[in-house]
Amino acid sequence: MVTKDQIWLWLEEVSDPEIPVLTIVDLGVVRHVELHGDLCEIKITPTYSGCPAMKTIEDDIVSKLTEKGIETVKVDLVLSPAWTTDWISEKGRSKLLEYGIAPPVDEVDKSVLFAEPPKVGCPRCGSHNTRMVSLFGSTACKAQYQCNECLEPFDYFKCLK
Amino acid sequence: MSTLFNYILKIGDDSLILGHRLSEWCGHGPILEEDIAMTNIALDLVGQATTLLNYAGEMEGKGRDADALAFLRFDREYRNLLLVEQPNGDFGMTMMRQFLFDAYRLPLLERLQKSSDVSLAAIAEKSLKETKYHLKHSSEWVIRLGDGTEESHRRVQDALDTLWRYTDELFQEDDAEKELVVSGVIPPMSEIREAWNANVNRVLEEATLTIPTNNWKHSGGRKGMHSEHLGYILAELQYMQRAYPNMEW
Ligand SMILES: [Zn+2]
Repeated sequence: MVTKDQIWLWLEEVSDPEIPVLTIVDLGVVRHVELHGDLCEIKITPTYSGCPAMKTIEDDIVSKLTEKGIETVKVDLVLSPAWTTDWISEKGRSKLLEYGIAPPVDEVDKSVLFAEPPKVGCPRCGSHNTRMVSLFGSTACKAQYQCNECLEPFDYFKCLK
Repeated sequence: MSTLFNYILKIGDDSLILGHRLSEWCGHGPILEEDIAMTNIALDLVGQATTLLNYAGEMEGKGRDADALAFLRFDREYRNLLLVEQPNGDFGMTMMRQFLFDAYRLPLLERLQKSSDVSLAAIAEKSLKETKYHLKHSSEWVIRLGDGTEESHRRVQDALDTLWRYTDELFQEDDAEKELVVSGVIPPMSEIREAWNANVNRVLEEATLTIPTNNWKHSGGRKGMHSEHLGYILAELQYMQRAYPNMEW
């Protein structure tokens, strides 16, 4: 007899296509798991509206659970409540840091106009003497930063709230 | 419900056409970071358009999805603002167009989050988080260029002079929309105009730019009467589906 907890464990074997160091559970995109006999219903939510990885994530979930013997897997996309970086797990945050991506910091200045960029620690040397190079980075969820101490450029997983 | 269909089509088309315009910068940005920024914003907008147009198709109930609405409508059936279809011009023109749009879109999404239509509210809640970054980006560039060198100031002032005439259309509402306001589906445009004015005045002042005194305003996009530019956009956007109907890749 397969339990919901078992399904959650299996979903932890599905990695995010864009940041493979994170699982989709670490990232917080899996919102809901439901089991009805042979049918497993999963609800996922996109990180960004245009996230090109959603289709891949859906396919990966179906193939993972099918491989584990679940007969019918149904994956639905939900928009509300909207995904926030607060849903990235503690484990996920430390994996990001190890991987060289600075995890989201709690931004003090919440105003949109004339706000100061957040103070982000360098994943290489830990210094907070860093600067934002660009608000937009290699994927929708990242900004580009550079460390003023060790000069290393790095990705910052920007806060989305 | 055709009134809601029409309204969602308008804001969905805004996202689609502006997203397409920005995607034209791919590989042509003035610096690598801006090339990446503009294409990221384009991706957000095309994503928002997909969600909005899919929902519009559901409302319509004729089996059209976002692809059908994007690829198989003629220019006269498009409902986007004239502002978003204007050519990219130089980087200053693109950033000014983006700023004037973002400053309207942000307060609109903030209020749509509380829409009595729960699906529209959910889409707005999702999109708003992205639009905050867009407005931050475009407003900072308008300030940097306006309060920059003589050359950058001149160019971005020219952009403002060119685009200002398209800004009145942002706040026009027709009779059907007035009903949607009454039923709490959409906010009154007077509120959006007020929020827009406050932010635009503040940023343009910081940018040392002058608001044009010419009060002549241009509109028509919301009724399907577009400038000559939309046809060229659609020719490119729709080419594959027109040439090879029903193809998928
Ligand atoms: Zn460092």
